[in-house]
Amino acid sequence: MSGVNIGILAVQGDVAENILATKMAIEELGMEGIVTEVKTPEQISDLDGLVIPGGESTVIGTLSLVNGSLKKIKEKIASGMPVFGICAGMILLSKKAKDRVVGEMDQPLLDFLDVKIERNAFGRQKDSFESEISMDKIGISKFPGVFIRAPSIIETGKDVEVLSKFNEKIIAVKQGNILGTSFHPELTGDVSLHKYFVSMIKKKN
Amino acid sequence: MIPLSGDLGDTKGVVKENVGSFGTKRGTSTLKRGFAHMLKNGVVMDVTTVEQAQIAEDAGAVAVMVLDKLPSDVRKAGGVARTASIRIIQEIMDSVTIPVMAKCRIGHVYEAMVLQETNVDMIDESEVLTPADENHHIWKWDFTSPFVNGARNLGEALRRIEEGAAMIRTKGEPGTGNVAEAVIHIKNVNTELRRIKSIYDAGDEQDLISVARELKVSYSIVEQTASLGRLPVVNFAAGGISTPADAAYLMTLGCDGVFVGSGIFKADDAKERAQAIVLATTFWEDPDKVKEAQKMIDERQSMLGLDTKNLELRMQERGSTA
Repeated sequence: MSGVNIGILAVQGDVAENILATKMAIEELGMEGIVTEVKTPEQISDLDGLVIPGGESTVIGTLSLVNGSLKKIKEKIASGMPVFGICAGMILLSKKAKDRVVGEMDQPLLDFLDVKIERNAFGRQKDSFESEISMDKIGISKFPGVFIRAPSIIETGKDVEVLSKFNEKIIAVKQGNILGTSFHPELTGDVSLHKYFVSMIKKKN
Repeated sequence: MIPLSGDLGDTKGVVKENVGSFGTKRGTSTLKRGFAHMLKNGVVMDVTTVEQAQIAEDAGAVAVMVLDKLPSDVRKAGGVARTASIRIIQEIMDSVTIPVMAKCRIGHVYEAMVLQETNVDMIDESEVLTPADENHHIWKWDFTSPFVNGARNLGEALRRIEEGAAMIRTKGEPGTGNVAEAVIHIKNVNTELRRIKSIYDAGDEQDLISVARELKVSYSIVEQTASLGRLPVVNFAAGGISTPADAAYLMTLGCDGVFVGSGIFKADDAKERAQAIVLATTFWEDPDKVKEAQKMIDERQSMLGLDTKNLELRMQERGSTA
């Protein structure tokens, strides 16, 4: 097979935007590769990298559990496959999540990213916001942050590297092969973060 | 990809603030339309109580829509249908983690203001309620909260988007348990989209201008829509969806997701039906999975439904000329 095989988990949420952003990232890096929607364990088993997009974490988690995808994603991440969780996707990757208003949650999680997440940390949709942020550690000094009912990270384990903060709240992290953001790079037209993720896959291969 | 920027830039609904050392903007077109993008491939369920909202969340609903009465009860009750009790909306907001939407009357600017102050995640300017202004819809650019509007055809959809709607749904005929009108509406939109796309592909600007005049919208939105070959915002199906197969069928027609009104909580097997409709919407491309979902419900427990031909009240006609 020529090039990398990247999947976008297509259970629910903004899948098409991530397909486009990842394709553009591959192209700008001058690499070869394919980007496809994945839903089933069989499709997931062939991947070199996976993006879990924004959406509702309860929905994506519950439905991935139903058809066995969640188990397959766990196996792949454990074997070192790079994964990028965006907003709901980052919640799914985490070990613990609670809601700002409703409190402790009993929702299916992948249990890899050693963080505790506060869902809807910035408030409801009216409080959703755009702001310029930076991720200097990975060479992205300016990035358009689009935060939609966004979560934040309230506790991090020792292997978790904090990539960005907004007003003291942690909004982007990396732990080995796992990348997670509170905000939505796929809605911005700026593909630098998707490029960073694709290069994580390239290094791995 | 569907573009996220609206035509009007920084409108009244956009709030600029400094948070710590960060400059921020709220209520932008990207945030409003982006919110709708996060709902894609999901099911929004009508609910009237906290208990129903929790059933919806557990079943995998992507959001709930709070009403005072389900559309079929609105139809039976007659009288004036208004926005739901704020107390109930707030109770539901405090008990589920998924987005909470609520309906306001068409044109009722202040019901919408009240819902925005209540902090609902999206406002549905809905024909299910009695219109407050038959001639004008709300100018939605003035709001920080996003709106969804109903439409029966391309003209209605584009007019609502020009007024600032961040999302469109078909009107269908609410509260009937009959999907026929929703099917007609989505097919109308699709046919008109194909028509303007072919005009666009042929490079016939003159004809595209006459389409804009006919639909009573600007040339720029017609051109943008024609170049995309789809609506420039997220488009859900609504109106009469009662079974998993109904939901899956509407997904095959190109909808981005579905709203289910009376179909779930007017059925006697609401819990199973809610789960089954979510499964069918997610896995609509796989007939075997839709069959499994359909097996989860009992047709004898579906709401009886109404023939849409002989209705005294056709909700879909409300606000359609404006």
